[in-house]
Amino acid sequence: MAAVQETVERVRSVDVEQYKYGFETVIESDKAPKGLSEDTVRFISAKKNEPAWMLEWRLQAYRRWLTMTEPKWARVNYPGIDYQDLYFYSAPKKKEIGSLDELDPEILKTYEKLGIPLREVEMLEGVVRPEGERRIAVDAVFDSVSVATTFQKELKQAGVIFMPISEAIREHPDLVKKYLGTVVPTSDNYFATLNSAVFSDGSFVYVPPGVRCPMELSTYFRINERNTGQFERTLIIADKGAYVSYLEGCTAPQRDENQLHAAVVELVTLDDAEIKYSTVQNWYPGNSEGVGGIYNFVTKRGDCRGNNSKISWTQVETGSAITWKYPSCILRGDNSRGEFYSIAISNGHQQVDSGTKMIHLGKNTTSRIISKGIAAGVSQNTYRGLVTAHRKATGARNFTACDSLLIGDKCGAHTVPYIEVKNSSALFEHEATTSKISEDVLFYCVQRGLSQEEAVGLVVNGFVKDVLQQLPMEFAVEAQKLISISLEGSVG
Amino acid sequence: MTPLLEIRDLRAEIAGRKILNGLDLRVDAGETHAIMGPNGAGKSTLSYVLAGKPGYEITGGEILFKGEDLLAMAPDERAAKGVFLAFQYPLEIPGVATVTFLRAALNAQRRKRGQEELSSPDLLKRVREIAKKLGIDPEMLRRPLNVGFSGGEKKRNETLQMALLEPLLCVLDETDSGLDIDALKIVANGVNALRSAERGMIVITHYQRLLDYIVPDIVHVLAAGRIVRTGGKELALELEATGYAQYQNEAA
Repeated sequence: MAAVQETVERVRSVDVEQYKYGFETVIESDKAPKGLSEDTVRFISAKKNEPAWMLEWRLQAYRRWLTMTEPKWARVNYPGIDYQDLYFYSAPKKKEIGSLDELDPEILKTYEKLGIPLREVEMLEGVVRPEGERRIAVDAVFDSVSVATTFQKELKQAGVIFMPISEAIREHPDLVKKYLGTVVPTSDNYFATLNSAVFSDGSFVYVPPGVRCPMELSTYFRINERNTGQFERTLIIADKGAYVSYLEGCTAPQRDENQLHAAVVELVTLDDAEIKYSTVQNWYPGNSEGVGGIYNFVTKRGDCRGNNSKISWTQVETGSAITWKYPSCILRGDNSRGEFYSIAISNGHQQVDSGTKMIHLGKNTTSRIISKGIAAGVSQNTYRGLVTAHRKATGARNFTACDSLLIGDKCGAHTVPYIEVKNSSALFEHEATTSKISEDVLFYCVQRGLSQEEAVGLVVNGFVKDVLQQLPMEFAVEAQKLISISLEGSVG
Repeated sequence: MTPLLEIRDLRAEIAGRKILNGLDLRVDAGETHAIMGPNGAGKSTLSYVLAGKPGYEITGGEILFKGEDLLAMAPDERAAKGVFLAFQYPLEIPGVATVTFLRAALNAQRRKRGQEELSSPDLLKRVREIAKKLGIDPEMLRRPLNVGFSGGEKKRNETLQMALLEPLLCVLDETDSGLDIDALKIVANGVNALRSAERGMIVITHYQRLLDYIVPDIVHVLAAGRIVRTGGKELALELEATGYAQYQNEAA
C-alpha cells in the first residue's frame, strides 16, 4: 500500500513540466485572419495556388461542416472550442526556397533540437554504412506548411512520390483526385469535415506497382504558433504489390491555451500491397493542473481496397491533453488483413479515448488488435473499438486483446468494445485484462536495487513489449525512452 | 570488529498486529545462521523488515548493517549496500527478459555505488558463467522473468541473481519451499559456493531438510517474534525430533 501511496503523492506533487519539447521557435509567420468563414477557406486555397476543383472540394466540405455538430460520445470532457478564435493557417514567412540552406535557420535548429535529421547525409564513395543504420526520408511540417522534404531525388529514382500534399495537388492532380476523400469522405465526421475545408499541408505518398519503398518515410509535425490549429492531411497509396513503411512524429511548445490538431490520414492499398503506418504522438499534454495541451482529434483510416493487401497501424500515444483517435481498416479486398497495435499512456490530467475499427467486408479477411493502455495520475484512458463482419465477409477472423494497467488509484481505464457479426462463419475473439501495477512486483525490483521509478519503467516496458516490437527499430528505441519520460510524472 | 549485522530489541508490526517483539541477532561476516521456527513466528517478517518492505511499522529497536542504521535507508539503497533477499515466492514480470532484469538490477546498484555500468557483452558473459555453474539453461535467460518458471527454476533464478549481485548479506526466505530433492541440492550447491569470509547468510526455514545441504554455523529458534534459543547445527536435528511445541508454549 505504501508504495502506491507514495506514487500517488508524487503524482500530486509533480509538475508535468518535464515535457522536453516545450520550447518555442521565434520566427515571423504569415497567418490567415483569425476565425473561420468561406473567406478563410478561399485564403488557404489561394495561398496554396490550388486549382479550382480543389477549392470547390474544400467549400463543399465547409458548407457541410456548418450543418454538423461536434461529437460528444467520447469519454472526454473539455470546454467548447471557439472556432472563431483560432488561426486556421500559419506559415513561416519566407521566400520560395530552393534548398535546405535557404530554410530559416531557426526552423532548421528546431528540428535539430528535436533530433529530426533534415540534412541528408551524403554517402561517401566506398564508405559502408554500419549495419542496422537505415536512412529515413523526412517531410517536416511546421504549423501549416511543409518546410522540407528530404531524399526526394533518391525516392524519385525508385518511382516513389513523397512530397507535401499541397505540391501533389498541383503536380499530380490525377492521383490526388482519384484517391483524396475516398477513404475518409468529406462528410465523414465533424473534425474530418473541418479538416477537408481548411487542411493546409501534410504528406503525399504514392508507391507504384511492385515497388518496395527503399527507405522509411517519415513526417514530423510541429505546431509552433499560438492559437493556431493544425490540420494536416496525409494520403498514402500503395499500388499493386507495393510496400511502404511510414512514420509520424509530433511535438508542440508548452502553452497555457489549448491548441487544436485535427488531422486526416487516408491509406489505400491495392492488390497485394502493404502499408505499415507508425505514429509516436507526443504533443504537449498540458501542465500538472490540466492547463493547456493539444486537443488531438484525428481521423485515420486505411482501405485495403485490393485482394491480399495489408494495412498495419502502430501507435504510441503519450502526449496531448485530449486524444480522440481511431485508426481503422476497411477490409474490402478478399484475404486482406488489418492490424492495430497501440500503446496509449495517460498521466496528469490527460484524457485518451482511442481504439480502432476493423470493418470486414471481403472474404477471409483477418484482423488483429493489440491495445495496451496505461493510466497514471488523474487521467482517464479509454479503449473504444469496433469489429464488424458484413454479410459477405465469409470466413472473417479477428483477434482482440485489450490490456489496461493502472498506476495509482485516481486514474481510470475503460474498455468499450463493439462487435457486430452479420455472417455466421465469422470468428471474432476478444480478450481484456485490467491490472494494477503490483506492489509486490515493485518491491521485488526495488529489493534488487532499482529505484521505484526505474521499477515502474521496467514493468511498463514489459507490459507494452508486444506492441513496441511492431515499431521500426529506431522508433522503438525512441518510444521506449518516451514511455519512461511520460511516466516520470507518475512516480517522481 | 564491527559485526556485519546487528539487530537489537527489534519490534515490528503490520496493520496493528505485533509480529516482532524484541528480537536480537548478531551475524558476523563469514557466518551462516539458520533461523527456524513455527509458522507465524515472524520469520518472513524479519526478512521483509531487513529488506525494507513497505507496510511494516518499526515500533522499537534498531538494525545496524556494518555499523550503519539500516532502517534509515530506502530499500533500493539497502540493496546497493549489499542486502539481498531471496524471496520465498519470487515475482513474475511479464515481457521483461530475465537477462534484461539482471542488467537493470546490477547497473542500478552500480550507479548507486558510483561504479561504472557494466556493458551488455560483459554482463552477458558473467551471467552465462554463473548460469552454467547453476545448471541453468541459457534459454531461460531470454524468457520473461519467472513467468512460467517451475518452482525449481524460480529458486535457481534467485540464486543466479544473488551470485551476480554479490551481496554481503544474503537472507534466504524458505528457499526450500516447493523444491524437490534434486532441485534443492542444486540450489544449495549454488548457495554454498557463495559462502565466503566477507559474506554473511541468514537461512530462514521451517524444516531441517535444507540444513542438511546448507550446513549452518549457528541455529536460532524464533518463536512469537523473539529468538528463544541459540545453538550449533545440532540444534536443528533436535528440533526435527522434538518439534516446536515447547517453544510455542514458552513464548505464550
